[in-house]
Amino acid sequence: MILKRRVVITGLGVVAPNGVEVPEFLQNIRSGVSGVRHFPELEALNFSCQLGAKPDVSEELQRQYFTELELRNFNSNGILYGVMAGMDAMTDAKISFSEKDSEPLWDLGIVFGTGTSGVEKFREAIYKLDDGKVRRLGSTTVVQTMASGISAYLGGKIGAGNWVTTNSSACATGTEAIIMGYEHIAHGKAEQMLCGSCSDASPYIWGGFDAMKVTTFKHNDNPEQGSRPMSATASGFVPGSGAGAIVLESLESAQKRGATIYAEVLGGHSNNGGHRLGGSMTAPNSTAVQKCIVNALEDAGILASELDYINGHLTATAKDPLEIENWCKALGRSGSDFPYINSLKSMIGHGLAASGSMEAVATILQLHHGFIFPNINCEDLHPEIAQFIDTKKVPLRELETPLKTVAKASFGFGDVNACVIFRKI
Amino acid sequence: MTSEAIYNQLRDIIKVYLPEDVSVESINENSHLIQELNINSAHIIDVVLDVEDAFNIEIKDSELQAMDTVSSAVEIIQKKINN
Repeated sequence: MILKRRVVITGLGVVAPNGVEVPEFLQNIRSGVSGVRHFPELEALNFSCQLGAKPDVSEELQRQYFTELELRNFNSNGILYGVMAGMDAMTDAKISFSEKDSEPLWDLGIVFGTGTSGVEKFREAIYKLDDGKVRRLGSTTVVQTMASGISAYLGGKIGAGNWVTTNSSACATGTEAIIMGYEHIAHGKAEQMLCGSCSDASPYIWGGFDAMKVTTFKHNDNPEQGSRPMSATASGFVPGSGAGAIVLESLESAQKRGATIYAEVLGGHSNNGGHRLGGSMTAPNSTAVQKCIVNALEDAGILASELDYINGHLTATAKDPLEIENWCKALGRSGSDFPYINSLKSMIGHGLAASGSMEAVATILQLHHGFIFPNINCEDLHPEIAQFIDTKKVPLRELETPLKTVAKASFGFGDVNACVIFRKI
Repeated sequence: MTSEAIYNQLRDIIKVYLPEDVSVESINENSHLIQELNINSAHIIDVVLDVEDAFNIEIKDSELQAMDTVSSAVEIIQKKINN
């Protein structure tokens, strides 16, 4: 067995629909503040689901992260959210950026994922191009629309000199990025990795899901009640956006710097259901989901009985009961023996490629501060879920309780699964 | 349009693309856009697009290379306007 180095979390950053920057986000997840709202723009475009969730970022705030020149013809809000969250996480970790004329930080890398980048910028480019004006696209269309745009922007701002890349695995992207960064440090290839993910807020991202009828059309008049994970009246997800970022660091490096350590990453696992055994492009193979969880526990070197809390994927579609069943089977725990569980999607909708990282930040904040955020809109727990686990395990109000070992999992289109285990040290 | 008026307008366009450590004062007629003003070569494309919009002209690809200094750019713009 290869000896793995210990990896800890030393910085957090988030740009979420219910809180931009960590202090506001922390306060709002504690009190169950929804970031879901009605968008007249979606109504005008004949969307079935006219709800969405988008971070509120003022122009003034943008200027704290981008130069005037960078903001010129800038139209990629996923990159905006990602850069803000990533730079905040670095600041939180108290890691200085490399000076302009000095060498890059050879031991610091970035894995920052996304689904698609700069879809609004891409739309702009397509209109110009179809109009015969390809020469009018300007110099930044490529960097704003390439998938790796986010890691490229962050890499340049920070001066990262190690592995700088973008991963993409649908709704598992953010969780997968953390596992990738963790393994890179664990295997001695870097000392610090900035990991996270981002997703654009745009009708052009959300439209495909609307067409698939996987979003909810029942709550256009009451947005804050629209996202209902684990509820009997869940009727589809609310599309969201934003970014989350986490600085991972070798324990050795963190201790040497005297950094604040939020938690340790004990291990994790990513796998695929192969579109077999009930899995498909859009549905999970339960055997693979359970295997992913079991393998994550094994990689972390812990027993299922040690888990205190789960941050679920739980999107508010008809698949929520199946997810709970899979957790029960994978952990061999049910009823009142089941860990606490909740879904941040109840407050911020489904952040798609950004979901895993924003939810991981929420998970780590709960672990660090010892609380479980309220799972809003779940006063009517789905009866099938209630058969698997005790209703008390889905807190409707904030619960202050010390947590030690927790799991964050994400599952996505393409039959992808990712699960990571954190522990307070 | 006088070459001075063109120069002033061009300077306003160029200043947006200057790196943080290059001041507007360092722009003069003889400045080389890339070598002296340190404008990122990719941004020259954006300068040209802004020039086209500001003066309502079109710069051909073949003319791009000749626009290497502020004065040569002024010259090309003036010729285009007069045409």
